[in-house]
Amino acid sequence: MTFYSPVVTNAKEIAGHDKLHLFEFVEDENQHKLNRYLEHGGYTAWKTVLGKMKPEEVIEEVKKSGLRGRGGAGFPTGMKWSFVPKDSPKARYLCCNADESEPGTCKDRVLMERDPHVVIEGMAIGAYAIGCHLMFCYIRGEFHHCIERIEKAMEQAYSKGHLGKNIYGSGYDLEMIVHTGAGAYMCGEETGLLNSIEGEKGMARIRPPFPAIEGLWECPTIVNNVESLAAVPHIINRGADWYRSMGTKKSAGTKLFSLSGHVNRPGNYEVELGFSLQKLIYDSNYGNGISDGKKLKAVIPGGASTPFLTPDKVDVPLDYESLTEAGSMLGSGGVIVLHEDTCIVWTILKLIKFFRHESCGKCTPCREGTGWLEQIIQKIEDGRGGPDDLEKLDSICGNILGRTICPLGDAAVMPIQSTLKDWRDEWLYHIEHKKCLVNQNFGF
Amino acid sequence: MILSEKTVKKIREKASKYPKRKAAILPSLTLAYKQLGYVDNEIYIEISEVINVPQLEIAEAASFYTMFPKKPRGKYLLQVCNNISCALLGADAMVDRLEEKLAIKRGETTDDGLFTLISVECLGSCCTAPMIQINDDFHENLTRKKLDKLLEGLKNGK
Repeated sequence: MTFYSPVVTNAKEIAGHDKLHLFEFVEDENQHKLNRYLEHGGYTAWKTVLGKMKPEEVIEEVKKSGLRGRGGAGFPTGMKWSFVPKDSPKARYLCCNADESEPGTCKDRVLMERDPHVVIEGMAIGAYAIGCHLMFCYIRGEFHHCIERIEKAMEQAYSKGHLGKNIYGSGYDLEMIVHTGAGAYMCGEETGLLNSIEGEKGMARIRPPFPAIEGLWECPTIVNNVESLAAVPHIINRGADWYRSMGTKKSAGTKLFSLSGHVNRPGNYEVELGFSLQKLIYDSNYGNGISDGKKLKAVIPGGASTPFLTPDKVDVPLDYESLTEAGSMLGSGGVIVLHEDTCIVWTILKLIKFFRHESCGKCTPCREGTGWLEQIIQKIEDGRGGPDDLEKLDSICGNILGRTICPLGDAAVMPIQSTLKDWRDEWLYHIEHKKCLVNQNFGF
Repeated sequence: MILSEKTVKKIREKASKYPKRKAAILPSLTLAYKQLGYVDNEIYIEISEVINVPQLEIAEAASFYTMFPKKPRGKYLLQVCNNISCALLGADAMVDRLEEKLAIKRGETTDDGLFTLISVECLGSCCTAPMIQINDDFHENLTRKKLDKLLEGLKNGK
């Protein structure tokens, strides 16, 4: 095995599967090379689109497929594309959001490192659908290997005429720029990402106008996650009905889940939406149960921004609707598992330190509030908590929620609120006894 | 000029691809950092001349991002992910061990200038935790033994 990252995937299990597709070739050591990608049917969708389809038809097909944004928000991809004004005389831009930074999430990285051409092909098809001739791949700066792989794949694609001028003789021109980030979670938020490309601080912009109307340099711009775009060539090749046949009625298709934390077999797994979270954690083909024979304490199902689930709620289908109903969110698909020896206060302190550090500082509730939250939670963790601290936390959370222009503020408080509700006794114990309820020792 | 001809050429090449000059700020800072290991005011001025964007705008953008430090760091920059997935698998203990072995605290550089140790937020290696990034490279699924071997290798110039 010569992969850069030793991460476990379920590629072998899904080989030849007529449905699962995103990970089909990610255990093939040569899939990142153009020749192997072509052998596996690469760029046929792009050829079909340029040769036979109108932009509206591409949008229609993706709309019909039911594909929804895989970065966290779950907005329907085809509908987003259709928001670009058809009669606008301005340039249009497409940005692939490859700023994967949501704690617990490492799925886009696998696609970029091991199957970079499918990302480029998906971007190209999206670009054509919205009439874009210059597209950006915004990759977080720490992902040096992904950047290398995508840049190399882009060069190969240019050299064989899959990108550039007059592609396949169609008259369509398409250029691509790899733009690298420099260490800021905020740039994974779509308007922060746009500012970052423009050479600004990665701070959020007020919406409306939405990027589809006024994005990069006030021109219509679409921002899509890596995984969403990687699904597009498959939808074109096999049809919207095939895609719709997977998953649930409202959550069609497959999703990549990054399973991390206290499980025996952490890894990236592609499953149909609606797959059981319980099975993902316990089945031997996936997480294979809780590590060290411990009991489950909590699951953060969709990355660090999502509310915690108690063990009794883990028997839930992994789709947008079911997780919302269970009081959390599907988010980015970063499933983090906590076993019984994990202190809830310590866990929340880790998360709030992250959000305080990453808050861009534009909105006062988030900039100041995340700092206050961190101070109080640190105090409780250190055994200096006071009797009214939980009420203070409740109040600060309530004053951040819904009062910021981007979702970072909400993301910072929702996990805290969920633990203040479901593990309030543990918080109280920590304040009263000045120590953890559990005997936590994560040795190394 | 502190920036090398090669870096300047790369900056010009990259900048020419963007529809607006200002968009070249991040790529320019990234290329300058790759050459020097830091970017400070003098470098902002040089970049400003190359891409024809006011120095202030470059300084402003640079201040926002963690990957543009103003001072050089050790030959090996050790970045330990300390976010939740890594922490659940012992990242805190890993940082303690590194502090002990290198006889520095997080944020510091060893006297010989070889190592700088920092703890950072999620680096997207959650399923292969705990991990450390050393300069450009990720080292994943770390154990105490692997980490010690890695450090020895670096000390011996491997």
